[in-house]
Amino acid sequence: MERAASRREFLKIAGGVAAGLGLGAVVTVKPASATPAEMQEAIRSVVGPARVTPGKVTIELPPLIENGNAVPLTISVDSPMTEAEHVRAVHVFTEKNPQPYVVSFHLGPRAGRARVSTRMRLADSQNVVAICELSDGSLWSDSAAVVVTLAACLEDGI
Amino acid sequence: MASALINVPPRAKRGEIIEIKTLISHVMETGFRHTQLGAVIPRNIIRRFVCTYNGTEVFRADLYPAISANPFIVFSTVATESGTLSFQWTGDNGFAVTESAKITVE
Amino acid sequence: MRRLCAVLVLLAVAASAVAAEIAPSERRSGYELMGRELRAMQDDDAANPAMLWVLEGATLWKRATGAAGRACADCHGEATASMKGVAAHYPAFDAATKRPVSLEQRINICRVDRQEAPALAYDSRELLALGAYVARQSRGLPIAVTIDDRMQPFLEAGRAIYERRQGQLNLACSQCHDANWGRQLAGNVIPQAHPTGYPLYRLEWQSLGSLQRRLRGCLVGIRAEPYDYGAPELVDLELYLMWRARGMTMDAPAVRP
Repeated sequence: MERAASRREFLKIAGGVAAGLGLGAVVTVKPASATPAEMQEAIRSVVGPARVTPGKVTIELPPLIENGNAVPLTISVDSPMTEAEHVRAVHVFTEKNPQPYVVSFHLGPRAGRARVSTRMRLADSQNVVAICELSDGSLWSDSAAVVVTLAACLEDGI
Repeated sequence: MASALINVPPRAKRGEIIEIKTLISHVMETGFRHTQLGAVIPRNIIRRFVCTYNGTEVFRADLYPAISANPFIVFSTVATESGTLSFQWTGDNGFAVTESAKITVE
Repeated sequence: MRRLCAVLVLLAVAASAVAAEIAPSERRSGYELMGRELRAMQDDDAANPAMLWVLEGATLWKRATGAAGRACADCHGEATASMKGVAAHYPAFDAATKRPVSLEQRINICRVDRQEAPALAYDSRELLALGAYVARQSRGLPIAVTIDDRMQPFLEAGRAIYERRQGQLNLACSQCHDANWGRQLAGNVIPQAHPTGYPLYRLEWQSLGSLQRRLRGCLVGIRAEPYDYGAPELVDLELYLMWRARGMTMDAPAVRP
């Protein structure tokens, strides 16, 4: 986090230097980003007002990734996945991406195992949060921090 | 043009949990990028991925712009009976791709 | 933008050391410098996004096209047999133009001369797909470009470009890739720049891309005028890079950050 802030400052200064050297128009656009508060709102809009307890669900993310464009993500939930007791859904959110939603996986007893993988984008070093809904209506969460050395979403289309 | 790669075991034992890997070609344009001239590049993503097993939905994913380009999804399902696993991706601008794979369950 | 700033830092910090060639035993491909997760992404054909292009290439290989109504398969048969080791030999000498051509150029020469179809644009979906499909057939094989009397001058021309300072930042490729490989540049590790994995899926591009695309990107990064796609300078540079990586194992189509 600290590292990203100072790098942005550095870029702004260097942008001025570059402009001064006549290297062409450099547009310093403040990137759009959500806030932890917006993430909480997003979580509430998906799972409702019920209490969320840390536990049962596990996020697997590399602690450091070279490029935020494709970060491997695996979500697993400790659940027997029977008709009586299973995971209904897992929802994933981020704190600092331009918008907080990542993905919602809908499972059920046919899944056999509550373990899903995908690849996600991370715009900055930040926390990723997973909320899982069990068949009894209870909500569980996990959170993981990732350091991103080159951010996704902010590289403009060339 | 082939645009999806599906990995499903061709045979399984009844009750076995099988892992399915899917990869589909799609730019997943976030809607947050800009051209050199500052215009926003509009969002263009896959919104939903559904897997049905002999017609019954066994897995569904709702995707947002934070899912990487060329979405990769790995999930599992119980091999209940022989038949067809069907995979459908739908998204912005009328995007719709369906692929299927046969499985023999003994 | 980001590269510009990082390179300014590098200039400020690095001594003006003469860049010596990397000893053959010290050569490392970009694969070895990546983290565990990206290596796993490359190793699994079901997860490697580049395989989407390979799959498409396999389809295009069998598709009749052009005024001659011929498919690649009509002359070359099964690519798994006929294309084995081919990408590991490119750039190769073309008798008609009396100079080396890249694999993409060779594919286009076939398209125009044999299939009587228009040449495919550089880094177009189809050219990348065919390139990826052909390169896949060299995976696991050692790079082995042929340098004879005819090729020698082009190799030297490529080496000269690699060692020459260029651009507004006045940097030579060798300064980063021979003298400072393994160190950090803007949070990423500088690779030795061996083209063992091309065409490759670059996370930065969110797409498959050719070696020429990467070279042009690097040139823009040091604020040099990038040579056009297909320019002889780029092919000479490709030749030099492949010769420099001789004996290293191809891992195309690769994944890189």
